[in-house]
Formats: sequence, structure tokens, C-alpha cells
Amino acid sequence: MGYPQKSHPRETPVLSKHFGEGESRSLDGWKKRGGYKALELALQMTPAQIVDIVKASGLRGRGGAGFPTGVKWSFMKPGDGKPHYLLCNADESEPGTFKDREIMRWTPHALVEGCAIGAYAIGAETSFIYIRGEFQEPIDRMEAALKEAYAANILGKNAMGTGKTINVYVHKGAGAYICGEETALMESLEGKRGNPRIKPPFPAVSGAFGQPTTINNVETLVAVPHILVNGAEWYKAMCLSNPKSTGTKLFSVCGNISKPGNYEIVLGFPFKDFLYDLCGGPTAGRRFKAIIPGGASVPIQTVEEAEATLMDYEGFVAQGTMLGSGGVIVFDDAQSIPRQVARLTRFFAHESCGQCTQCREGTSWTTRILDRIVAGNGTYEDLDTLLEMAENMTGKTICVLSDSCAAPVVSGLQKFRHEFEALITGKRSSTVAGSQLAAGSSKLTTAGAPA
Amino acid sequence: MSAHTTEAYAPVFVGKRKEELDSLLTRYPTRMAGLLPALWMVQNDRGWVSEQAMTEVASVLELTPAYVKGVVSFYTMYHQHPVGKHFIQVCTTSPCLCNGADKVVNAFLEHTGCKELGITSADGKYTVIEVECLGACGFSTPVQINADTIENVTPDKVPVILAGLK
Repeated sequence: MGYPQKSHPRETPVLSKHFGEGESRSLDGWKKRGGYKALELALQMTPAQIVDIVKASGLRGRGGAGFPTGVKWSFMKPGDGKPHYLLCNADESEPGTFKDREIMRWTPHALVEGCAIGAYAIGAETSFIYIRGEFQEPIDRMEAALKEAYAANILGKNAMGTGKTINVYVHKGAGAYICGEETALMESLEGKRGNPRIKPPFPAVSGAFGQPTTINNVETLVAVPHILVNGAEWYKAMCLSNPKSTGTKLFSVCGNISKPGNYEIVLGFPFKDFLYDLCGGPTAGRRFKAIIPGGASVPIQTVEEAEATLMDYEGFVAQGTMLGSGGVIVFDDAQSIPRQVARLTRFFAHESCGQCTQCREGTSWTTRILDRIVAGNGTYEDLDTLLEMAENMTGKTICVLSDSCAAPVVSGLQKFRHEFEALITGKRSSTVAGSQLAAGSSKLTTAGAPA
Repeated sequence: MSAHTTEAYAPVFVGKRKEELDSLLTRYPTRMAGLLPALWMVQNDRGWVSEQAMTEVASVLELTPAYVKGVVSFYTMYHQHPVGKHFIQVCTTSPCLCNGADKVVNAFLEHTGCKELGITSADGKYTVIEVECLGACGFSTPVQINADTIENVTPDKVPVILAGLK
């Protein structure tokens, strides 16, 4: 439901049905809402049966990549004599995305249950929920739920009286966007700097602590109990457009829009109706100008592209972008696209781990050029340099942070080039005020970036 | 509290804290995995992570001090020097910037008496910094003060928020 907004009749609240209810946080409250029935069912099945059901449901990863969850789980070989790990990625840091935060705040037991089922399905006795350090309230909620689950013998050495060991622990991050990248998260869990690893080996072969590992997003894992209870066919039937995109998805909506919040819809929902009907359209007297639909890492859409989009994995690609994490950032006609793009690249420059040259140099160099343009000191050659660098930053590094930095630059220049040119020719947009944040903020100048 | 203390260093991991860490370490197959949790315990107790604390953590987890420092410096949330009693982080990433987060930053600087970002106020009460995405974009502007997140902060609310801090 549209938390903190009221639920909209065109939403399909499955995962978010209990957002905003205090009672859903406790074990008793969660059981009253059908909690832990799925885990009970799961522990009576074989791991392979669970994997088959999840495969048949069509569930795809909700963290950004959209990889089929059941297929990912099938890479694990329970009973191979090695310790296996299930990692839950709760390092939600993609600008525009704030859905996992609400899942953990309102329905922490849903995630405990999802982790327990996932762990059992991949032959893991231990699951770590890696939560970003800034999320103190979600961490506290999860810890409280885990305490209850252990006390009730839902978790532990004799999980639900089945003799199976299932442990679920919270691991607190310490401030680093890159730790949401799956292999960086593993490094961080192991007590290292969060530098992404070269793949292969893939996590299913050598993941956390060098052992077979599966890593799933919060939203992916909380969908699994519903699939087990209601069946794969039920889940698969929730599809409005492409049969490869099934189920419900939470979209976090923010920026310049009337009703920001988390909305849960069936995949394939028309984006136009979503923006104007569910989210109430632009604020009074304004018009939408640009939309980033899947978190800061995906290309910017024009309003025309957004209005023609069907909200599923394929639908966003068809309109020049990606579904990503479902973090919808809306900019209205009062915003300067160059200024916003500069702020996005500053984010990536701040978060680059610095391993790869293209990223370490490219993110900060791009930001300096954009700051110069926003300050009214840019040249036409700068625009060519930006595109040239973006090409060098795409597909050439260990992880995709560098690509993510290039995405708003390339799409911004393709779709809003006139705004960059207006700044260069001196027709400065009235919205580009000489803000401390827009140009030369203290962060980059202290980051030791070469001039 | 100063980075140039003349007082002897009192170890963190003794008694109850040592037991807590030992219990935590049973969750992981390596001692190194206890590093982030151990650093959190240090910061929760002392307010920041000093060089001496890094050396102690290294010793307890069988790592080297340089290794520990390398990890500490990677993450933004560990303070390598003392900060104000109220550590104020204002999110200024795009979704908040387009809703006026820059004005919220300025309001905090003005009302705390902090001269600039990252510099603690003369009374030692406040440090204000910009932070990258707090993951609460629908509640712009979110502001984190120590462990608490305050949603929907606007410049006019800043004096009331500051007055309510204990």
C-alpha cells in the first residue's frame, strides 16, 4: 500500500498489506496474519521442491538485476558437505529506493520467515541479513523479531521442532553504498573494505567466506512465503503485460510528486496511470519534466517515454531505461536537469571504491566538468568529453557503479541537451542558483581527486 | 574528549564487552568477520574510534592495526575523531535536493552555530554533515541525528528539532 499514503484501490497489496500497522511487528500479531505457515509448509518439503515452486512462479530478483530467483537457488547443491550461506541484501542505498526499509520496519517477521525458507531451500544453516548502518530502526525491529523467533524455537538448532538448524542473524553495515553490490557485501561481511570482487567465481561457487552462497534482496525473500502458501500459479497469474514479469512489485516514489510513498502494483501496470492516478501527479501548478524510474543507476526518461511505459522488466527497457530497484525519482519543470545530473554523479564519485581506474577517475572527473557547466563556465567540448568518458566508464569495470554514473550523463545529454547548451551559451536557467551544493561542495574537494 | 588525550587508554573489550564480542564471534567462521561489529561496539561506548581503539581491536581479532585502519577509513559511519554530542546528517542526494535539502543544511548550520560542514560547534554540542542517500527518499528531507532518523524536515522545523535534543 502507498505508505505513508493511504492504500489506492488500484494497488495489489501483498507484501505491503500491513505497512503502518503496529501489531504486525510482533510474533503474535504476525501469526494472526498468517505468519510462519509458509515456513511450516516449507520444512515438510524437500529443498528441491521449494526451488521448483519458486522457479514456476516466475519470481525475479527485486534488488535491481531481475535474475530469476528459483534459477539462482538451483545453482546451490544442498548436501555437498560444505557450509552454505544465504545472504539477505538489506543495504538499501540506491537513491530513490526506500521499500526494504518499510518491509523491515513494519513486517520484520516476514523477512525472518523469508530468510528461513530461503536458507533451507539452498541447504544453508546460516543466513545473514546485511542492513545498512544508517537503518537503526529497521535493525532494532529485525533484532526484536529474531529474538522472538529464537525464543519460540522457530529458529535455532531445532527449527520448528524439525531437527533442522536454521540461524538468522543481522549484520550491521557502516556506511558504504557499494556494499549493496553483492560481492562487496560479502567482503564487508567478512570484515574487509567493501571492494567488489571479480566474477567468476560466482557466489554459488565461492561466495561468503569462500563457500557456496546465495544473495537475495529483502523484497524477493518476503515474496517467497506468499508463493508457498498460495501456489506458483497464483503468483504467475499476477501479470498485466509480459509473462516474464510476474507478481507484485513495490515502487518507491519520491521527488517532485504529490503523494510520495511505496506503492505495490502487479507488474505490467501502466506507468502513466501510476504517476497521475496513484501518486497524484505533479504538485500544484507544476508539470513533470523527467523521471528516473528504477533508482539512480538507470537512465533518465522523458515524460513522454514514461507515459508510454508498462511497468515491468521488459516494459522499462522498451522505453529506454530499466526497472532497477523500483525507486521512482520524479523531477518537475522547476528543476534543472544538469544540476540534478551533477548531483547524481557526485553521489557516485563519493561512493566509488576506487579499485578501477575508469570509475575512480571517471566519476570525479565527470562531476567536476558538470559542476563547471552548472556554474556557467562550461564549453561545448565539455559535452563531448562527458560522452567520451561515459563510454569508457561503461562495461569496463569490476562492478557496475561506473556504468551507473554514466547512465544519467548519457541519457541526460541525449534527452535534455538543450539545458546543458543553454548553460554554456550563457542563457542560464533561473533554477540553477549558485548553490553550495550544486557546485564545489566540500566533499569532492577533500576526496583528493586530481585537478 | 580530544584526539590528543593525555589519559591512559582504557580497553573496551574487558568484562561484559569481551563476553558480548566472544558470543558474537560464534556466528562467524572467521574472527575477521567480527571487525565491523567490534568497531560498532567501540563507537557506541566511546563516541568515536581512536588509533588506540583500532590497535586494541586488531589485537583482539588477531589482525594488524594498519589493516583495521584501512577498514575503518573505508566506511563513512566510523568517526576517526571526536564529533559533537549531536551528530546531524542531512541527506542531500537528488530526491532530497530537488525538494530543498540544501536549505535544510543551511538551517542546521545557522541554528547550531557550526561554522561549516564537518566542523563541530564551539560548545561541542553539534556537528553537521551532508550525507549521501539515507534511504528515506519519500520523506524528504530525512535527517539522521545520532541513531534516530527524522522524516520530512523543512528549514522552519529545525529550531524545534534542535530544542528537543537532549
